[in-house]
Amino acid sequence: MSKEVVKVENVSMKFNLMENKVDNLKEYVIKLLKNELRYQEFWALRNISFTVNKGDRLGILGLNGAGKSTLLKVIAGVLKPSEGKITVKGMIAPLLELGAGFDPQYTGAENIYLYGAVMGYSRDFIREKYDEIVEFSELGDFINVPVKNYSSGMKARLGFAIATIVEPDVLILDEVLSVGDAKFRKKSEKRILDMFDKGATVLFVSHVTEQVMAICDRAIILDKGRLVANGPAEEICNLYDEKFIGVKKDGKETVKNK
Amino acid sequence: MNSAIKNFKKYRYLLYELTKKNIKLKYRRSYLGILWTLLEPILTTIVLTIVFINFRGKKDHTFPIYILTGRLLYSFFSQATKQAMKSIRRNSGMIKKVYVPKYIYPLSDILSNYIMFAISLIVLFGAMFIFKVYPTKYIVYSVIPLFLILMLSLGFGLILATMAVFFKDMEYLWEVTLMLIMYTAAIFYDASKIKAQWVFYCNPIYHIIVNFRNSIYGNPLDKQALLISMAYCISSFIIGVILFYRKQDKFILYI
Repeated sequence: MSKEVVKVENVSMKFNLMENKVDNLKEYVIKLLKNELRYQEFWALRNISFTVNKGDRLGILGLNGAGKSTLLKVIAGVLKPSEGKITVKGMIAPLLELGAGFDPQYTGAENIYLYGAVMGYSRDFIREKYDEIVEFSELGDFINVPVKNYSSGMKARLGFAIATIVEPDVLILDEVLSVGDAKFRKKSEKRILDMFDKGATVLFVSHVTEQVMAICDRAIILDKGRLVANGPAEEICNLYDEKFIGVKKDGKETVKNK
Repeated sequence: MNSAIKNFKKYRYLLYELTKKNIKLKYRRSYLGILWTLLEPILTTIVLTIVFINFRGKKDHTFPIYILTGRLLYSFFSQATKQAMKSIRRNSGMIKKVYVPKYIYPLSDILSNYIMFAISLIVLFGAMFIFKVYPTKYIVYSVIPLFLILMLSLGFGLILATMAVFFKDMEYLWEVTLMLIMYTAAIFYDASKIKAQWVFYCNPIYHIIVNFRNSIYGNPLDKQALLISMAYCISSFIIGVILFYRKQDKFILYI
């Protein structure tokens, strides 16, 4: 049962921050000749290793700029790590910035096929699930209207409906999803909880410990790109509250409503 | 290599969707729609014929065919490479969020342009009958230049797409280069009348046009031109693939 689904081995991610960004040939050549091409190295992730087993729900805690999003992008395959290796078994569904891949000129219906293809679904699969996606997104007749005329809520609803139509092996959540109105939010939460029940492995990023405790059974803390703690969710959350937010266990009320 | 093929199979459908999208959106909201693929070459050929017919000494009733063969190949090459060059930047939103093999973007741009180019060949066929340049058995060989221009565009497209990510100037530079390529490709004049023959050797598409004309006019392919054009195609393709492959992981840091 405890099969490794995500394995992160000694992963480091380096960015070269140029003091002033050079993106045209003339500046590049001038700077190269003057020997002024200086890069400032910035390690967003340093030597991170951990494994996630099947069915684990891992919370990733950290302050802003700790490298949480970079880590997720590396796991999702969008960024390639400078060092180290990532192995992911099975299908990943990244629920990050839903609807970002839509083409504004395309109608909702056309975007279902396009976005589905981006997610790596087959055509038959999308055709089969098409009605379900339309129904879940509650778009009705708007499905034949170009997406540029959609409200942001409609876009997010459609994006969510497409991204969650599969039963992914690994689900990546960045903060808690707040998609659409209260009614749709309830529906989307239910769908995610269903995925949890079906044994999906979850990677959940947040800096609110209450959410992590509610959702996850394990957690890690990132600080300035380093992995500083790894263990059961509750223990790690308490540690995080104490060390990074400066609240003792009994003073939890102060962060509750964030 | 094996995993690359497997990956391609997985994203084959995405390639199809993106290609379809490019074609569909190009003429959406225009009244004549896809008919423009036919009208555009007809109109430009009429203009070019009227402008340049006087420069041709003898009366040549097949001159429109001469222009059309060159013009069609050139406009495919220029459209396809221009679009492929901008493909990575244009799809930056997608690239930053979801993993997709990145070559899919320039490839789909080239393919969609190639399909529209194939449709526009109907115009050439029509014109051949109007101007009595009847096809011979040599027309079969036209698939060779038609394939070569695809490969050349793919090679140039990959090179340009990679370079344009790091240097936006490429977009303007290529615009000027394309103009140079057009004027030195003997689209609307006779190449043998030009003294400086070396310019034709520097032109990547000229020799493809020569052989395409040969097959349309019912002549056998020119062996030397074939070799030169193959050299351009294969080398640009290899450079393009290697360059793109080696730099693709860095794209996301620059877009």
